[in-house]
Amino acid sequence: MNLTLKIWRQAGPQAKGEMVTYPVSDISEDMSFLEMLDVLNEQLNARGEEPIAFDSDCREGICGMCGLMISGKAHGPEVTTTCQLHMRSFSDGDEITIEPWRADAFPVIKDLVVDRSSFDRIIQAGGFISANTGSAPEAHSVPVPKPKADRAFMAAACIGCGACVAACPNASGMLFMGAKITHLGELPQGQPERDARVVSMVSQHDHEGFGGCTNVGACSSACPKEIPLDVINQLNKDLRGALMRGE
Amino acid sequence: MTDTQTASTVAPEAPAPAREAAPGVVHGLYTEGEPIADTKAPKGPIEARWNKRKFDAALVNPANRRKLTVIIVGTGLAGGAAAATLGEAGYNVKSFCYQDSPRRAHSIAAQGGINAAKNYKEDGDSTFRLFYDTVKGGDYRSRESNVYRLAEVSANIIDQCVAQGVPFAREYGGLLDNRSFGGVQVSRTFYARGQTGQQLLIGAYQALERQVAAGTVEMFSRHEMLEVVVADGKARGIIARDLVTGEIETHLADAVVLASGGYGNVFFLSTNAMGSNVTATWRAHRKGAHFANPCYTQIHPTCIPVAGEHQSKLTLMSESLRNDGRIWVPKNAADCEKDPREIPEEDRDYYLERIYPSFGNLVPRDIASRQAKNVCDEGRGVGPKVGDFRRGVYLDFTDALKRMSAEAVAEKYGNLLDMYQRITGENPYEVPMRIYPAVHYTMGGLWVDYDLQSSIPGLFVSGEANFSDHGANRLGASALMQGLADGYFVLPNTIRDYLAKGPFPKLEESNEAVVEARASVDARVQKLLSINGDRSVDSFHKELGNIMWEYCGMERSEEGLLKAIDLIRGLRDEFWRNVKVLGSADTLNQSLEKAGRVADFLELGELMCIDALHRRESCGGHFRAESQTEDGEALRHDDEYAYVAAWEWGGQDGAPILHKEDLVYEFVEMKQRSYK
Ligand SMILES: Cc1cc2nc3c(=O)[nH]c(=O)nc-3n(C[C@H](O)[C@H](O)[C@H](O)COP(=O)(O)OP(=O)(O)OC[C@H]3O[C@@H](n4cnc5c(N)ncnc54)[C@H](O)[C@@H]3O)c2cc1C
Ligand code: SF4
Ligand code: FES
Repeated sequence: MNLTLKIWRQAGPQAKGEMVTYPVSDISEDMSFLEMLDVLNEQLNARGEEPIAFDSDCREGICGMCGLMISGKAHGPEVTTTCQLHMRSFSDGDEITIEPWRADAFPVIKDLVVDRSSFDRIIQAGGFISANTGSAPEAHSVPVPKPKADRAFMAAACIGCGACVAACPNASGMLFMGAKITHLGELPQGQPERDARVVSMVSQHDHEGFGGCTNVGACSSACPKEIPLDVINQLNKDLRGALMRGE
Repeated sequence: MTDTQTASTVAPEAPAPAREAAPGVVHGLYTEGEPIADTKAPKGPIEARWNKRKFDAALVNPANRRKLTVIIVGTGLAGGAAAATLGEAGYNVKSFCYQDSPRRAHSIAAQGGINAAKNYKEDGDSTFRLFYDTVKGGDYRSRESNVYRLAEVSANIIDQCVAQGVPFAREYGGLLDNRSFGGVQVSRTFYARGQTGQQLLIGAYQALERQVAAGTVEMFSRHEMLEVVVADGKARGIIARDLVTGEIETHLADAVVLASGGYGNVFFLSTNAMGSNVTATWRAHRKGAHFANPCYTQIHPTCIPVAGEHQSKLTLMSESLRNDGRIWVPKNAADCEKDPREIPEEDRDYYLERIYPSFGNLVPRDIASRQAKNVCDEGRGVGPKVGDFRRGVYLDFTDALKRMSAEAVAEKYGNLLDMYQRITGENPYEVPMRIYPAVHYTMGGLWVDYDLQSSIPGLFVSGEANFSDHGANRLGASALMQGLADGYFVLPNTIRDYLAKGPFPKLEESNEAVVEARASVDARVQKLLSINGDRSVDSFHKELGNIMWEYCGMERSEEGLLKAIDLIRGLRDEFWRNVKVLGSADTLNQSLEKAGRVADFLELGELMCIDALHRRESCGGHFRAESQTEDGEALRHDDEYAYVAAWEWGGQDGAPILHKEDLVYEFVEMKQRSYK
């Protein structure tokens, strides 16, 4: 198939960016979206134009490194990551716009590459269970009811890609954060630090410049791991409880 | 000659056993140096060795730890766990990864599970059995002491991960569930659906971030290590490029740990992440670290077949699928184009079940891969033709769906089956999946002693980047075990023996070794940007990958390897004359990053072929056409080749130097493997 791509080009963090149009031809439907960009980059390189910078690593939908706004949708038209999107989701003649995640907390580094280190700092603020190496009791000493283990797992599936933030009109990181709060909060091991965790993470989130949640739900619809909105309810509930208990 | 010849790990007094001249020597491809030995593993009963080493290793006073800096390159299971643990102990840690966050290291992609000798199923498992299975699975080419230690600490790993909140699969009673994996007959694999690596890595990552917050670990994301600084014979730091600003930085320390993962991307197409590379270990090799068994690569039997020219990587379908899926091809080549659902039972060849009745679909990976290649070579492959052959076999869930219900199958394998559908556009609940082997893991890596110290003092290597535990073939679910064993339990205990001699005298940036390392990095970056030839980096990488897959892949022969060496030399020469890398050095430049990695793969590829050529036996993942039994199984030659091949860099224009470390089996009897 033949397509018209409109792609955000920005030389550096401070540079002014613009949309540039690139026609591409002979794209096979078995290609992944990023393989299609690889093909374009090879052509640009051959013509002496600098290839388009974009992030990807595992290309299996699990590392969370990739992430593009594709015709206005985070990760494109399917419920999956950009790297797992295949060209069979498009048709001959389509015009596709490709932009980076846009959020104050995710500044653009170059072209389609953004800086998501704010997510790491939210985890540093409390997204862990303090258990020094060697201090762990025998694994079977604390059984975990299967429904709780399953819910923890569901929330732990977050890959930290940032699509939820990019999709949200307020650029809020609540789904990402709610997923971590739910993962650790469901487990007996996560209880001792539960109150402190939520208070500290939320404060870091606000400090990083993420917006507040107004229950739009765009985050969860864009999430490639289908993290449900109820993790945000869980977060709010935990936060209220923690504040009441004076954390 | 490099300074490593004087390293304490070389035992010059042991005489070299007399062997006839090998073809590699005849062709002037390498020379043979002094034998090498691991001097750190204690002697005595195998179950007492690790405790003894821990006791004998010197301690570092807690007050001194903060004065000691350790650089750790890599934030996968091996590096992330080590950084967290050393941070908790109070050392000053600097941690590096090339991704934008430590959480994205390639360990994240591991699917199937992690082994541990917990014996929760009461099915006869034990530390000794895990040790035995791993030595046997590795085709008797690994060190007994190392493997026993791995089995011994495996149970602690599960405890540690559960304490961190890793959500392993559980049974209704709330206890941990297990599954079985290829090459063994017990259920000892712990898992988190098809996302085990992700969950384990997130555990390590969170522990790491906790230490970042505590100020013990300083994190350098989007940084690529390009050189190691070796001063006065000791590893004292690294030169890294900030991938965002392009700045070349010097980082100095008392010890350096490389946990940079495997080099499977030398094949271009592999299941590794796009950025996985050999640069960190290869640069260290060039500075004197021996590279051990580079030809031992694992070709994983269950991957999604290549779809076309544009393919940028291959996707693994966890081998856990072999627990419930059955592998077959049509008996008659004439049926290969038919809809598989219309091929009756009697016309199907469940070839693994037929050839290996006792292990069936659960034979080790090397065997399953080679048999898939064999049936396709016979013209019985399925799916689209790639060249003259169809390269695919069926992995069929029909029986499992009848036996277990679609919900139960989805519960166990849902995300894998969904991924298959997304990539191929076919529904595996209705049509049997098509799979084919792909490069997956590299057993070879930098040579280390029992302390995980390389032949450069102060340079430690852990996880997939070292060679230590898997011999010539790795069993499923054992890499995660090794990464976390090294990171949480082994390295933190052994590195202290070295650090106890520090802090070492402060190194100035004006020191000759630092200046030299920086200058060589600068020069290389400038050179790559100035060639301005006609061919893209990817085109060189693809061509190298084709050469490696054809001649150093699932089957290797003397003739093919000699040809490959010639081809690689020609390609490398062309690369340095004709590669085209655009952009500048002082911004994010992904072409430049790739170019540096491919330049190193072009050197590594040759060493892999030389190693494969010199090893005139078949063992594990290394199958030499000249060395097979009558029914086509791998044939080892223990009398000649029961050693680790540790290669020393022979200089830019010199031939590599082979050092042999003899493998001695005191606790497991060497046998030809049989899974029949
Ligand atoms: C698809 C897939 C599935 C797998 N499934 C399983 C499984 O089910 N069970 C199992 O046991 N094993 C499995 N494996 C193998 C296992 O995942 C790996 O062997 C293991 O995770 C490697 O861990 P590591 O810490 O050594 O390296 P990695 O996780 O690869 O980490 C490497 C780190 O080094 C950094 N790095 C590399 N080079 C540089 C450089 N030059 N400068 C700076 N940083 C650098 C990277 O940024 C990264 O942080 C699987 C592998 C793959 C590819
Ligand atoms: S919640 Fe979903 S969209 Fe947000 S970072 Fe996690 S995986 Fe990505
Ligand atoms: S590249 Fe890893 S999730 Fe897309």
